[in-house]
Amino acid sequence: MLVAKAKQTLVAVLGGAMSMHAATVSAEYGLNLPRGVTPISRDAYDMHMLVFWVCVAIAVVVFGAMFISIVRHRKSKGVKPAQFHESTAVEIVWTIVPFLILVGMAIPATKALVAMEDTSNSDLSIKVTGYQWKWGYDYIDDGISFVSSLSTPKEQIYDQQSKGENYLLEVDNPLVVPVNKKVRLLVTANDVIHSWWVPELGMKKDAIPGFINEMWIKVEEEGTYRGQCAELCGKDHGFMPIVVVAKNDEDYGKWLMAQKTASDAEAAAAERDWSMQELMERGEKTYTTYCAACHQGNGEGVPGAFPALKGGKITTGPSSEHLNLVINGKAGTAMAAFGGQLSDVDLAAVVTYERNAWGNNTGDMVQPSEVKAAR
Amino acid sequence: MSTATTHDAHHEEHPGGLLRWVFTTNHKDIGTLYLLFSLLMFMVGGAMAMIIRAELFQPGLQFVEPQFFNSMTTMHALIMIFGAVMPGFVGLANWLVPMMIGAPDMALPRMNNWSFWILPFAFAMLLSTLFMEGGAPASGWTMYPPLVLQTGDAFPFLIFSVHLMGISSIMGAINIVVTIVNMRAPGMNLMKMPLFVWTWLITAYLLIAVMPVLAGSVTMLLTDRFFETSFFNAAGGGDPVMFQHIFWFFGHPEVYIMILPAFGIVSQIIPTFARKPLFGYSSMVYATASIAFLSFIVWAHHMFTVGMPLTGELFFMYATMLIAVPTGVKVFNWVSTMWKGSMTFETPMLFAIGFVVLFTIGGFSGLMLAITPVDFQYHDTYFVVAHFHYVLVTGAVFSIMAAAYYWMPKWTGNMYDERLGKLHFWLSTIFVNVLFFPQHFLGLAGMPRRIPDYAVQFTEFNQISSIGGFAFGLTQLLFVYIVYKTIKGGEKATDQVWEGAHGLEWTLSSPPPYHSFTTAPEVK
Repeated sequence: MLVAKAKQTLVAVLGGAMSMHAATVSAEYGLNLPRGVTPISRDAYDMHMLVFWVCVAIAVVVFGAMFISIVRHRKSKGVKPAQFHESTAVEIVWTIVPFLILVGMAIPATKALVAMEDTSNSDLSIKVTGYQWKWGYDYIDDGISFVSSLSTPKEQIYDQQSKGENYLLEVDNPLVVPVNKKVRLLVTANDVIHSWWVPELGMKKDAIPGFINEMWIKVEEEGTYRGQCAELCGKDHGFMPIVVVAKNDEDYGKWLMAQKTASDAEAAAAERDWSMQELMERGEKTYTTYCAACHQGNGEGVPGAFPALKGGKITTGPSSEHLNLVINGKAGTAMAAFGGQLSDVDLAAVVTYERNAWGNNTGDMVQPSEVKAAR
Repeated sequence: MSTATTHDAHHEEHPGGLLRWVFTTNHKDIGTLYLLFSLLMFMVGGAMAMIIRAELFQPGLQFVEPQFFNSMTTMHALIMIFGAVMPGFVGLANWLVPMMIGAPDMALPRMNNWSFWILPFAFAMLLSTLFMEGGAPASGWTMYPPLVLQTGDAFPFLIFSVHLMGISSIMGAINIVVTIVNMRAPGMNLMKMPLFVWTWLITAYLLIAVMPVLAGSVTMLLTDRFFETSFFNAAGGGDPVMFQHIFWFFGHPEVYIMILPAFGIVSQIIPTFARKPLFGYSSMVYATASIAFLSFIVWAHHMFTVGMPLTGELFFMYATMLIAVPTGVKVFNWVSTMWKGSMTFETPMLFAIGFVVLFTIGGFSGLMLAITPVDFQYHDTYFVVAHFHYVLVTGAVFSIMAAAYYWMPKWTGNMYDERLGKLHFWLSTIFVNVLFFPQHFLGLAGMPRRIPDYAVQFTEFNQISSIGGFAFGLTQLLFVYIVYKTIKGGEKATDQVWEGAHGLEWTLSSPPPYHSFTTAPEVK
């Protein structure tokens, strides 16, 4: 099985290396940089191939000379060593020629870079915020915001279920953008440094707390594009994928409307009182998405790193302090301020859940209205 | 290697047994200590790499939790860089610099003892963090804030051990500079020095220039964590990216600290086995100096994605591309040295040729990474991992192995087992490529580095890479055995050892006397 796979791959490697036109093979085995679907990604791909072939050409000359020398200039063939050991002319030639080749590469590289860094005249701005370990998206012009986190179940990660097609590259709420529009992304982070990267969109940009970086994408084909966080950001760095769905104008408009309706409903829900059962159900969902990565599904945490919530001092102490900690986080630790990420309902539900799950049984209920007041 | 010195021990006053090694001020003893320490750390760091490759053998989490995986990548890098490669080169310098320049010993022997003996404590402390609350450091060897500030109890131990490593390196470097500048034999002017001595002289200056910068940057982390400063905390008016600038101002010269001595070693070995003088000696010296200079003005190419101004990105791209010129000169010179020589292929030569070919491949991917518009794609992927392992493993580590085979007969008085040496070379070279070549494809196809688990389309290449990794790791046990066997005995080496060897170290007996040159040789 493995041998067969290795053979297949070897064939693919050779195929990819020998032929510039092995695009189908490359796509199948993921050998090369994707050409992508944005002007930027195509520029990057063209530069990549240009430099690659320049390197191959130099390698053929240098390794070729070396190989000939190794074959011919052996003591075992009775060769007497020559004694030449310098030539200023030759040294000058092999300093100037590589320099000129570099200039030849620098010119298109500069052009590509200037285009990539030009974020002016965008049609739409979306703020991208990195959290440990998920992404937040704010559609600045439309007032929509949501958080996007990994939707692959834990059972698949721990080999208790077979892995799906998009294992680790699937999220609950993908970023949706219109095709053929210049979308400016304002990239920042809330806790540590992350990096937003979708290979087929051609660029990555670090998400840095306290700073806002800009990048732009113009997706030219409808479809779903997948990427991952590309800057080590702690324990679940490998588990915060990015999914971008590019829709045509009509579908994008429909999606936008649906989002607005949903966010209005959420706002209305925050006005009423919730029952214990409703809060616990909603709370468990929120807990699984936002809290379980550190504090674990069973609330027992990880000793030395993430405190236990089961029987914890905060979760069984005064509810106002508990709520306050969840909203504002704890400086100097991995405990984030969730006030900015979660709605009033979610915060009320998750605090209620933590105070009553795993035998904590405080009986306390926190209502969305209390959260609003505590903010 | 103790047998190497016992024959003249009767007229020397130094303690025997274990205390000899603790109190030694002798450059050969200290060189041996450095080299054995380096070998030990190579095995420890290698064991961590095996854990990493085991977890990455298939998608899903099988052996370790993500946090521990991150600890492994972090510790693997710190141990390999500061524990294996750097002490390996310092050990070679200790053994060889006095013998190559015709000196009796290093200029500052007591400091030499201290600079070595700090290291075991530094690494004992670093390794002890594996057993602490919150686990070993897991923020990458680059220690970027704010993430590194989330480290548990290990944090101050990490900082202090980095300080100790830095102090050790600075003292070692000062010693090498002072020795080379003051203790050359009459007639050994600068442009007659062997290239290994030249490259180490330049490397030592790099170390003295940048290790204090590293110390400063980690001290700022320490005060940010414990004394409420905000150097790197945006909320307090600081800048997390400033750490990256300071770190890489150290980090890029550090990269050349780990490769310039390798250039020196290869420039000693190739002429010997080609039986022909090194082509372009003076251009080699100038190229080394140029690379050292350029290393100070390219640091930000490690961080093209942090959001620099366009002009900054252009400057660092052009400066980085320029490094290809002096590096190219070196490769062309090595090939020209081989051209029309009368070559034989003993193990040191095999490793040197392996170095030239595989290091050059690492150089090509380095050139690709220099191109900013594509670096946005390559950055922080396995393409980068493949690149720096080609320059560090098949570059730096291969050169240290070449050096070990080349000079071991001189050091021990015994020839190593040529058959086993060649076997070691071929197994290493085949498997190191099985290990690292597929990682280029993984990176290009979109696999980020430093992840414990990956999407299913990356499975095949990860499996190939892991198999290569295990085989490469096992092969290095053979190297340990070869070293052991050579120290124990073997065919006696002549003074010159290699037919084509030239240089002062080959005029000494094998093994050389305890004090290399008690009267300075005359260099014509």
